[in-house]
Amino acid sequence: MKRLRSVAELEKLRARVARQRDPNRICIVTSVGTCGLARDADGVAQAISRTLSDLGLADTVDFRTTGCQGFCEIEPVVVIYPQRIVYQHVTPVDVPKIISESVVGGKVIKKLLYVDPSTGEKVTREQDIPFYSKQNRLVLDSNRLVDPHSIDDYLAIGGYSAVSKALFDMEPMEIIDEIRQAGLRGRGGGGFPTARKWEACRSAPSLDGVRYVICNADEGDPGAYMDRSLLEGNPHSVIEGMTIGAYAIGSHDGYVYVRHEYPLAVANLGIALEQAREYSLLGENILGSGFDFDIKISRGGGAFICGESTALMASLEGKIGEPRPKHVHTVTSGLNGKPSNLNNVETWANVPLIINNGADWYSGIGTEASKGTKIFSLVGKINNTGLVEVPMGITLREIIYDIGGGIPDGKRFKAVQTGGPSGGCIPESLIDLPVDFDRLTEAGSMMGSGGMIVMDEDTCMVDIARYFVKFLTEESCGKCVPCREGLDRMLDILVDITEGRGREEDIELLEELGVVIREASLCALGGTAPNPVLSTIRYFRDEYEAHIRDGRCPAGVCKALITFTIDEDKCTGCRVCARECPQAAISGEKKLLHTIDQDKCIKCGLCRDSCKFDAVTIS
Amino acid sequence: MIELTIDGINTRAPEGTTVLEAAREMGIVIPTLCYHEGLSPYGACRVCIVEVVKDGGSSLEASCTLPVEEGQVILTNSEKVSKTRRVIMELLVSSCPNSKTLQDMAANMGINKVRFKIKDRGCILCGLCVRYCKEQMQSGGIGFVGRGTSRKVATAFDITPEECRNCGGCEWICPVCERACTAGSLVDGLCGGCQNLAPVETCPVCVGCSESVGPHGHRVY
Repeated sequence: MKRLRSVAELEKLRARVARQRDPNRICIVTSVGTCGLARDADGVAQAISRTLSDLGLADTVDFRTTGCQGFCEIEPVVVIYPQRIVYQHVTPVDVPKIISESVVGGKVIKKLLYVDPSTGEKVTREQDIPFYSKQNRLVLDSNRLVDPHSIDDYLAIGGYSAVSKALFDMEPMEIIDEIRQAGLRGRGGGGFPTARKWEACRSAPSLDGVRYVICNADEGDPGAYMDRSLLEGNPHSVIEGMTIGAYAIGSHDGYVYVRHEYPLAVANLGIALEQAREYSLLGENILGSGFDFDIKISRGGGAFICGESTALMASLEGKIGEPRPKHVHTVTSGLNGKPSNLNNVETWANVPLIINNGADWYSGIGTEASKGTKIFSLVGKINNTGLVEVPMGITLREIIYDIGGGIPDGKRFKAVQTGGPSGGCIPESLIDLPVDFDRLTEAGSMMGSGGMIVMDEDTCMVDIARYFVKFLTEESCGKCVPCREGLDRMLDILVDITEGRGREEDIELLEELGVVIREASLCALGGTAPNPVLSTIRYFRDEYEAHIRDGRCPAGVCKALITFTIDEDKCTGCRVCARECPQAAISGEKKLLHTIDQDKCIKCGLCRDSCKFDAVTIS
Repeated sequence: MIELTIDGINTRAPEGTTVLEAAREMGIVIPTLCYHEGLSPYGACRVCIVEVVKDGGSSLEASCTLPVEEGQVILTNSEKVSKTRRVIMELLVSSCPNSKTLQDMAANMGINKVRFKIKDRGCILCGLCVRYCKEQMQSGGIGFVGRGTSRKVATAFDITPEECRNCGGCEWICPVCERACTAGSLVDGLCGGCQNLAPVETCPVCVGCSESVGPHGHRVY
């Protein structure tokens, strides 16, 4: 590779890359992000390249592996361009057929097509799948166009044009103004205006002129993986955003703090950094502009708390990852005591879009105070699990029903947990709530980094609160008393309630304790940790009362409060449940009513799952 | 000098001092556990929280780490502060019921019952010993290990390190192991025998005595 010494050379290279690509040429794309790999996307990819070379098609058919394209539910996915025919749940066995019939023969293999659960019809083209067609994928869309190992792919879609525009056509303050007018707010959770942070970091005094820009990729929320998919699938967009930010702030040193548990993201980012350096898009004298900037990767040890800005910077310095009081902000004194600007992966990935398309274009999307799009990881009891990118202000109903395809098995929607473990549960009555930073906070939850866990009628809200508090108890750094001891005692009370030992005064105690933890904790982890408890008490108080007063779990989840019985009208005596029962607790003759021995029953629910006649009931 | 208001009284404090220092200078008593004049502030126990009134709202901050700011309005013993402080104290006693220091402080706040499960951890992780070892002895022989409720003060690999000079400073400064409560049976975590819990007369004029403060104001001696 050749070092690029000017914008002209960059554009020459881009033109050359573009010439080599024919948009009408057949291209097979398969995604090998972490979600795909978990379902043998690697095997599929190998089968595709092997079959192509066996059939002598390697020169005429392009093949590209990309990061996660978002629709994790249908992985491994193979898309055939230019028609964008999409095949779901592909196995290596299907590959020869796809290539001979679909790629060469031009036919569509009906068996592998996606079926729209709402209409039951098969969908051929990717863009017609409701999951994709109702999103506004500004950031994520590039994932399908880019092989994360190929900087040329990124250049082909206009990559690094924002850097050249920023370095050569804009003054640092102009960039900050552009970001301000665009109304970009931090995507990591707090929603702090990005431009204000940049400006504060730029104007903070630094004796030796050292300033840092840091990318927070310590994504630790259970069920959230937006940042991982961006780093895995399109690392150059993050690098480009950071370079622009560094130029605006006046920094020459960047760090990406990424979880050790994201090996693929670390690997792909490392390759991308190396390629950017070889092209002189990072390092000294970027594109001949005289501006120097480079990025180092720092891997976190897996502590959730290290996503907090001061804890992250302590960890970067090699100290224990625990937060400090933020009376002096990190933009004034952060990493190594220098002004440091920390933004989340998704925030950085938004920056090149704003620089390329302008603040007016960006601020045209979204609501009054929350601009642009937000990526959510839609998980839980939902038909279409995956990453969805939607404009701010979209309602929860649109996300859950139109994009997410509703709740599986015809169950009723009960609540959605937004904002990760420290977020809150939003009930069905608020399903038409527009999703933006401020409205979610008003509802007792938060945007957080974008986790969205959907729950159906079979979810016990007390049990959910217990689960999240347990997670936070383990992930609290343990420095301050309200968070460490308060969450621990909160967990004790919740465990008591779910195990039938709840006392009448427990709800008030949980509320009192919750407010103390929220108000008196040192950092934002403690400050938001009681949200799951407070929000479930606010919206589902009756469930807490049912556990405490009636010793009953309405959702039939809390084992200590439920019994499994067999309905005599429905039982056909088929013996399936008796065979499934690991405790041999079910007795009964063939074709006669079966009964469950309550002393032996461990309430695993296998009998209920295996019964074809819905004869096993929970009470 | 920075001008601020603490409990309705206008005062001035040099830049760089903390609200706790400024308040103590005025004779206002704010209870502390993890704070020590000779060590860097840490902000872990949260017992010294005060209410900062700002923009029509208010927030709670640990006064030991809160720097004084121009025009700041501080309440050291508002209802919000005392309610929150009492719950924090309950949590502390429930995690270290055998400490006379904690029992005394709790009794002073009028707490005679702990509503949380007692889990005697024998340490409140205030970090005084860790900071003493590092800052006063320039040793750094002990530090924190683990996180959450598994966090503990330990030496590296649980071996006495060469840095340790057996000065005993860590034990001396510890608020919980130095003065173990000897009352014996603990009902709901508090025996109530440490301090007189009966209402006491309050001083008509506060002169900033350094004596402990109960729920009903300064005790008259």
